[in-house]
Amino acid sequence: MIYLDNNATTKVDEKVLEVMLPYLKGEYANPSSMYDFAKKPAEALKIAREQVRDFYGADDIKEIFFTSCGSESANMAIKGTLNCSKGKKHIITTKVEHPCVLNTYKFFENQGYEVDYISVNSQGELDLEELKEKIRKDTALVSVMWANNENGVINPVEEIAEIVKGKSPETIFYVDGVQAAGKIPMRVNDTQIDMVGISGHKFHAPKGVGALYVNKKCRLTPLINGGHQERGLRAGTENVPYIAGMGKAAELAKASLNYEDTEIKRLRDKLETGILKQIFNARLNSSVSNRVPNTTNIGFEYVEGELILLHLSDYGICASSGSACTSGSLEPSHVLRAMGIPFTALHGSIRFSLSRFTKEKDIDFVIEKMPIIIDKLTKISPFQDELNKLRKIKG
Amino acid sequence: MWDYSEKVLDHYRNPRNVGKIDDADLIGEAGSLACGDSLKLFIKLDGEKIKDAKFLTFGCGSAVASSSILTEMIIGKTLDEVRKITNKDIADELGGLPQEKMHCSVMGQEALEDALKKYYGDDVEIGFRKESKDKVVCTCFNVTENQIWEAIKINGLKTVEEVTNYTKAGGACGRCKSVIQDILDTYYKKQEAGSKLTQTQKILKIGKVIEQEISPQLQKDGGDIELIDIEGNKVFVKLIGVCSSCKNASMTLKNFVESILKTKVDKNIVVEQVL
Repeated sequence: MIYLDNNATTKVDEKVLEVMLPYLKGEYANPSSMYDFAKKPAEALKIAREQVRDFYGADDIKEIFFTSCGSESANMAIKGTLNCSKGKKHIITTKVEHPCVLNTYKFFENQGYEVDYISVNSQGELDLEELKEKIRKDTALVSVMWANNENGVINPVEEIAEIVKGKSPETIFYVDGVQAAGKIPMRVNDTQIDMVGISGHKFHAPKGVGALYVNKKCRLTPLINGGHQERGLRAGTENVPYIAGMGKAAELAKASLNYEDTEIKRLRDKLETGILKQIFNARLNSSVSNRVPNTTNIGFEYVEGELILLHLSDYGICASSGSACTSGSLEPSHVLRAMGIPFTALHGSIRFSLSRFTKEKDIDFVIEKMPIIIDKLTKISPFQDELNKLRKIKG
Repeated sequence: MWDYSEKVLDHYRNPRNVGKIDDADLIGEAGSLACGDSLKLFIKLDGEKIKDAKFLTFGCGSAVASSSILTEMIIGKTLDEVRKITNKDIADELGGLPQEKMHCSVMGQEALEDALKKYYGDDVEIGFRKESKDKVVCTCFNVTENQIWEAIKINGLKTVEEVTNYTKAGGACGRCKSVIQDILDTYYKKQEAGSKLTQTQKILKIGKVIEQEISPQLQKDGGDIELIDIEGNKVFVKLIGVCSSCKNASMTLKNFVESILKTKVDKNIVVEQVL
């Protein structure tokens, strides 16, 4: 099996699992308890909080809150902020945010909030001028993803933070860091970013654990009320094994950032050029250099994405598609549509996302099989005249 | 991952009769590139009999499988025989399709119809649909009222979601969902439930629904509701207890109170809050 869908989820690192196991077995005490037996789990939380703080590049462990997933982190940041900024009814976000963020804003739109969705260009880059113009005195929140899950494009969040704070210092700036975590360095203490959400399973921790960085200056209301855990901002007995695992995963991810930026990038580029060189109806959906090193999104014109994925799967290759058919929603990816990807390639766009466990031979195998698949499917396509034209142009 | 039958897997992996027939007697087309699936069907005749059929398809696994099996179903048959083929026949032949993928079988049926139309002319009833003066309901996917009506009839569809799964109508912007609901309502003649009630009957029914179905639910959350007045289809209510101070009160009213009254009494009911 060749797993190239690491933006969807990742394999749990063996070292992460090792750290988790004691808390799933003998060390089951509630970390809030008073007896000695609770010391180890309490210590595990402390270590993980320090590891995650270091991962974020934050100043203080008090700025780190553990959650159950990336969606919870986003909801906690967004709802918690809006609850504290009553009277301000304006939000700015982008057209290409993850659904967990977009749908939260749709919810607030129904509650009477005004939401501006900033456009991207054909490469998936954000229109910073438009963003700047939209900022108002009553803008409660600006929310931009650090890196996009579908095309990997990195947004200049440090610069956006300065734009936001420069124009409206009271406005809170939330960054969805889920797809940036473990792929590019984060140094939040050098920036004016207020909050960053991450999700453990995107960087080799298990599913079911996430974190939110909240700058000390920010005020939030809790999403989950109850006990004193997470300094009263996120009640519920701490998920000790998973938090410990995410801490370790954060440490490992930080240590391999350089590998990510060199070796993984090399493999990604090899895959990209390998496919584009051999397949006449392949087009790179975003070619900008400021992309996370592990992601590529390639459109195959006049061929449908689900059919490509099914054939890849028959070879044991896992990837994903912005095609309408794979989601069951009947609508192709909102990200690719926002980029204005021509509809000839929209339904046939495939995302490959690598990880530090991706091997060179995996990439070679995909480069070998992809032309066979696309050739077969191109022959079935009813758009033979259009394909012939394209063949001549590219040929 | 879709739960595809073995037959669907076999047909998308090894599609039969792929290609085009250069001297085809009939060519049928359905779908479009923009909509995400498209099928071209070529038929070669020998008198009234289909001697050969080939296809070219842009679409997902089930679209290719539907096209492939359709060619197998029609080769060797007479035109009169294939006229009766419906989307359900195609799906059944494949050992079933996931609900969300039923529109792929509809595309097969539509391409076949389009081909047959060239033989029989526009006015003859082919398959399930009459082509005359058909109104487009879903502009995103270009689905007509008759298509929806017949999909409801053949497949026994009950909800808007099911209609979307079978015809794609309402699957993109969703603006036509209320029209689809109207078509469903008309089909099942459910409209009469509301319109046949006299105003007095309606008032009594609203009171009963609030008392027996809505109020107990709100009481569970420590609140309650009181019916203040009814004016035509406008129902004025007052929220009591914790409900009255709840910031989700307007949601409770619209998504819960109003939606129950709409389904139980009259779909035109509007609930207003009295403070």
